[in-house]
Amino acid sequence: MLDLEFMRLAFAAGAIVGVLAPAVGFFLVQREMSLIGDGIGHVAFAGVAAGYLLGISPVWTALAAALIGAGGIEWLRARRRAAGDQALAIVFYTGIAGGVVLISAAGALNANLFSYLFGSILTVTGSDLVVIAVLGIGALVVLAVLMRALIAVSLDEDGARVAGLPVPVLNGVISMLAALTIGVSMRIVGILLIAALMVLPVIAAQRIAWSLRSTIGVSICFGLLSVLVGLTVSYYANLPPGGTIVLAGTAVFLATSTVEALRR
Amino acid sequence: MPLAVEFDGVDFAYGQGPAVLTGVDLRVAEGEFVAIAGPNGGGKTTLLRLALGLERPTRGAVLLFGETARTFGARTEIGYLAQRTKIGVHAPATVREVVEAGRAALRPIGRLRRDDHAAVDEALERVGMHELAGRRLSTLSGGQQQRAFIAKALAAHPSLLVLDEPTTGVDVAAQDALGALLHRLHEELGVTILYVSHEFGAVERFVERLVLVRERIVFDGPPSQLPGLWHDPSHTHA
Repeated sequence: MLDLEFMRLAFAAGAIVGVLAPAVGFFLVQREMSLIGDGIGHVAFAGVAAGYLLGISPVWTALAAALIGAGGIEWLRARRRAAGDQALAIVFYTGIAGGVVLISAAGALNANLFSYLFGSILTVTGSDLVVIAVLGIGALVVLAVLMRALIAVSLDEDGARVAGLPVPVLNGVISMLAALTIGVSMRIVGILLIAALMVLPVIAAQRIAWSLRSTIGVSICFGLLSVLVGLTVSYYANLPPGGTIVLAGTAVFLATSTVEALRR
Repeated sequence: MPLAVEFDGVDFAYGQGPAVLTGVDLRVAEGEFVAIAGPNGGGKTTLLRLALGLERPTRGAVLLFGETARTFGARTEIGYLAQRTKIGVHAPATVREVVEAGRAALRPIGRLRRDDHAAVDEALERVGMHELAGRRLSTLSGGQQQRAFIAKALAAHPSLLVLDEPTTGVDVAAQDALGALLHRLHEELGVTILYVSHEFGAVERFVERLVLVRERIVFDGPPSQLPGLWHDPSHTHA
């Protein structure tokens, strides 16, 4: 399997995605915004469609749309124009509706579109890997630098605000990192399934972790495991990688839930 | 004595809604231990949010240590325990991790230094939670969790400690222990304490001043001068 260049590229990109998605997802889960990735993913779908329509690479238009969608959700939430789930619903439905209209206008309802929606191990190129590595590692550095402040906001937003932490900025950083993760991951996992890789490893890790730091570490291990297993199964069974990666994540969740139940 | 908190003719309403607070004048000197009580919906949490600078008064002025509360700069002077905090409910946070979060505003970037660890250890010692520092918060009793949250509020060495409904979900014995702990912290640290709750039985013996809020301040004085029918040893004042 690793004799093939496209598989080496897929595994390298997948490893970055497997680390980044749960690391960002940890903060989404703590803020009870587990579904924000889904909302942003659907806006990214509109971005892919816009790319087809405008004749621009869908990767970049999807990334731009994801960043705008994340900004929109955070703006609605922060200004209390809508509750968190309502803000998400507005962006979610607008994104999917816009995507359907644009993709229809572009006449691009084809198999290539599906590779963006559900991932494809054949599509990662060398230049894709460079972009994924630069953006992914950059996002991880931002997370590492701001870790304590982000944890403080996730644990107790009001307390952090009273203490003088720039809460809206930090919330914005998390939303932007979520958007970036979706943009980076769309080639491997697909924009409609990447949100699952941000959430499932974290929920699984919470069942067996013993502290916040261990939750982050175990989440990353589970994310990486899900990607590597999912890609391998995808290769041998000729299945879309996004689906197999997410199902591997579900299997990890079921396993940790069993461990948790046996401990009681 | 300089003032920690000052309300000067404050009115407040949320948006175009009805008045929540009307004509509030309140002065809390540095080093006072004050209980702010009143019925649910009476405006005490709003009063607290105004004091913390989280809301802007419709009329009048709110000052923190002589500065406008909304723009008060030295925010780490305030230790705050939020109402019905969800800390550690979903996240498997340990007691130490929660208390360390209390240093985040002082050290938002980079590793914690020796003085940060010393401050965290000191806060844990003060609330008697040092031996439980490695335990997951979700495995502790409501009273122990509140002690951990108070340690978090103390970790940045604040001058003003603000507690919003700290006895929610805590049994009466733990409430009494919490009252005694706050009394000891007040004596040892000289910190100003605002204790906001719909009931005040846990701290009635310890506070110098009780303020009852029901849209306006309807009582402000020592608890001993409170009309007898408002006292209730079962801690169910409303």
